[in-house]
Amino acid sequence: MKASYKAILLTVLFVAMFCVLGLFIATHDVAMIDSAGLIGEHQRNLLYICAGLMLIVVLPVFILTLVIGYRYREGGKGKHTPEWEHNNWLELIWWGVPFLIIIVLAIITFRTSHELNPFKPLDSPKKAIKIQAVALQWKWLFIYPELGIATVNLCEFPVDTPLDFEVTADAPMNSFWIPQLGGQIYAMPAMRAKLHLLAKETGTFRGCSSNISGTGFAGMYFDAKSVSDADFAKWVSKVRDSSGQLGRAQYERLVEPSSYDPVQYFGRVSNGLFDWIIMKYTIPTEESAK
Amino acid sequence: MGKLSWRALEHDWIEYIADGSMVFGALALIILITVKQRWKWLWTEWLTTVDHKKIGIMYILVSALMLFKGLVDAGMMRAQQATSVGESFGYLHAPHFQQLFTAHGATMIFFVGMGLIFGVINLLLPMQIGARDVAFPFLNSLSFWLFTSGGLYIFISLVIGVFANTGWVAYPPLSGIKYNPWVGVDYWLWSVQISGAGSLLSGINFLVTIVKMRCPGMTWMKMPVFVWASFVALVLVIFAFPILTATVGMLSTDRLLGTHFFTAEAGGSPMMYINLIWAWGHPEVYILVLPMFGVFSEVVPTFCKKRLFGYTSMIWALVAIAFLSFIVWLHHFFTMGAGASVNAFFGIMTMVIAVPTGVKVFNWLFTAYRGKIECKTPMLWFFGFIILFTMGGMTGVLMSVPAIDFQMHNSLFLIAHFHNVIIGGVVFGFFAAYSFWFPKFIGFKLNEKWGVAAFWCWVVGFLVAFMPLYVLGLMGATRRLNHYETSTGWQPLFITAFIGFLIIFAGFLCQVIQLLVSIRDRKDNMDTTGDPWDARTLEWSTTSPPPFYNYAFTPEIHTRDQFWEDKQAGLKPEDREYEDIHMPSSTGAGFAIGTWSCVFGFAMVWQIWWLVTVSFVAMIVHLIMRVYAKNVDYYVPAAQVKEIEMKRGV
Repeated sequence: MKASYKAILLTVLFVAMFCVLGLFIATHDVAMIDSAGLIGEHQRNLLYICAGLMLIVVLPVFILTLVIGYRYREGGKGKHTPEWEHNNWLELIWWGVPFLIIIVLAIITFRTSHELNPFKPLDSPKKAIKIQAVALQWKWLFIYPELGIATVNLCEFPVDTPLDFEVTADAPMNSFWIPQLGGQIYAMPAMRAKLHLLAKETGTFRGCSSNISGTGFAGMYFDAKSVSDADFAKWVSKVRDSSGQLGRAQYERLVEPSSYDPVQYFGRVSNGLFDWIIMKYTIPTEESAK
Repeated sequence: MGKLSWRALEHDWIEYIADGSMVFGALALIILITVKQRWKWLWTEWLTTVDHKKIGIMYILVSALMLFKGLVDAGMMRAQQATSVGESFGYLHAPHFQQLFTAHGATMIFFVGMGLIFGVINLLLPMQIGARDVAFPFLNSLSFWLFTSGGLYIFISLVIGVFANTGWVAYPPLSGIKYNPWVGVDYWLWSVQISGAGSLLSGINFLVTIVKMRCPGMTWMKMPVFVWASFVALVLVIFAFPILTATVGMLSTDRLLGTHFFTAEAGGSPMMYINLIWAWGHPEVYILVLPMFGVFSEVVPTFCKKRLFGYTSMIWALVAIAFLSFIVWLHHFFTMGAGASVNAFFGIMTMVIAVPTGVKVFNWLFTAYRGKIECKTPMLWFFGFIILFTMGGMTGVLMSVPAIDFQMHNSLFLIAHFHNVIIGGVVFGFFAAYSFWFPKFIGFKLNEKWGVAAFWCWVVGFLVAFMPLYVLGLMGATRRLNHYETSTGWQPLFITAFIGFLIIFAGFLCQVIQLLVSIRDRKDNMDTTGDPWDARTLEWSTTSPPPFYNYAFTPEIHTRDQFWEDKQAGLKPEDREYEDIHMPSSTGAGFAIGTWSCVFGFAMVWQIWWLVTVSFVAMIVHLIMRVYAKNVDYYVPAAQVKEIEMKRGV
């Protein structure tokens, strides 16, 4: 095959590949692109901006590779200067231009690191709702301290309302993530991490742990349900009416390892359960004192 | 027998098949060696050798075996993910799947990546600086045997007990005694600990070799770029590997002695472990890729018939990358929740690395610009590398923005990214080196047709296997899942990725065939000149394969491309009187200590204390015997050198 055909074939292959990928993303429900959350939207837009900036350098590399590879092939038309090994201006360009792009990226990075910091509360006219998420082996416990209720493997919340998640683990380290709403945060024993999200649409989104935490890890997903205020109120009273109670004794049973757990409701939760879960790691047990 | 009992042999049928084939393979090898009566040859020529070229070849053989193992792991994982959806739970149960991805990661980084770079450094580095061996030849043999015994645990754990199920960096508390009471993590620990000690010793050895053993006239700025790249990588090894040893050591004492460095209880902090492991882990990826940058810096000028563009820039870029690689580790866990400013600092440092890396890419391209490109296999790998590595670099910069990383972290997007740079960079780099230097060290060229076929399989296979992973990541698919729900809509992409794996595996098979075909046709492809590619650096000035002393006369250089310039000027080496050559003697000490270290680690894993004592004492005794050994070197008489050189037709 002639070199020119090879070059064209290669280009067509790559372009076709990116078209297929683009088409797939456009026609499927891709959590991060079709974001339903305030933070997730910002993150997606940021992704586009940064990708655009990177392409300023990356596209020329692709084109140069192809053009140089074709033009200076053996028997090609390109001039051959075997001794030419240095040019200050050219080198200045490829030290300088990427550096300038990185400066722009750095400014964006610094600003967005603060703006989209998961620990930062969101501005909203509506009062935030507090949800405490505990990673267990291998299920998620959600405590609504202001409402006095708790659930397992279902996290329901009102739409357009800031969600103040507090995240910890009573298990190996996990990571709390609802891709369609925005970024994740590690769930670590003895630590209180925070994550602020806001759903802009109603719907049911997949939530999961993204960090390997043992045998039942794959079954550790849950539904995150964004509903209207009225539906949320109805749901809360439904949970309150359920017979389940969550005190220390029931909690001890709950932490027993299990996976693919069905949704559970607890109409009453003992006060300060979340803080107790965190604190119990900081008090030496008899076993650890040995 | 400590914790060891019959229970250790209980596995599922898939593991029995693997065990059976391993045992069968080992037996077949032993029978073959016995029938061919090659035991003595094996012992004197290979197991006890201190020749850097033979050690290099052994490194690469071990790595090739490990690559096969790692590829099979990968294929089994993708097959599971392609089928384990909704009601179906696939053919692997979760603990087995989790051992697979841990073994895959550990194999590929510690025993393929590290093995390949030390293999290539062993082969090339002394040759390129005009030396006859490394600074400490015995230490070099010891390093290799430590590396190999570390790798053996990955196979041993398949038969006796289990491997870790924690992922290849084994974060506590999951890797702690509380959640992982059995031996899996211990196998990982000793595998990393023993091979890590080997890597550190190698690092010191080769660094000293570069500093002390360059041939006359080779000042720092006249060293080949591969030597520079290795130098920088070795500095990283010396700084980074002690961190690994200490970290893994602390995890060991947590598990064994009940200390609390990394437990959440009693004042320990798992977060400290994560920081420490990545303080080693990030420099580690540069340790892998920098020598391969060096490889491409040798391949491109040769096949473009042109001087390397911007030598000084290349060196400064290497040094800059090495420096920066130590202040970016936190980007592996922005999601731990450090403050926004801390995250921003590490993010920005990470993206700054893109500048010197980009400079190198442009310098390579402009080496090709106005060149005369001969598109042989090494050059094909270079073009594949440029495209894939640039793509991987771009997605890497995207993830270095903390706000974006909160979404990408631990998703399959991340997996696609690092395979993009490691396969594109390290693996393709090695393949370029393999096809380029094969004739130098083995004596005949590799078959070109099968090489090209392998290249296309790897490139196309890579795209088919990993592009879907980028999309899966965007869809919210996390890594290390042995099962997912139908409603996620991920299955078609996982199936595509599995097909991609098959294409990559076909590429690997092409390379096996290439080797066999090349051996069959070796008579037609002999390299009689010692310089089959019209290349530029010193190693091409001696015969292929080089005599065990590399150079009959120590070379002397005045410019960077001395050998090439001599060829241009039509200079021939003058006739000189041969002299006695000082060489190190072979020794079995490295092999013995390596073997005992393997027994020692095994005994530690199973807590068989009497065996721990025996093997430890044995190691020390061998070491002391070696320290007091008298016959560590000898002189090759000038007459013998003359005879060898005459036979080689020089």
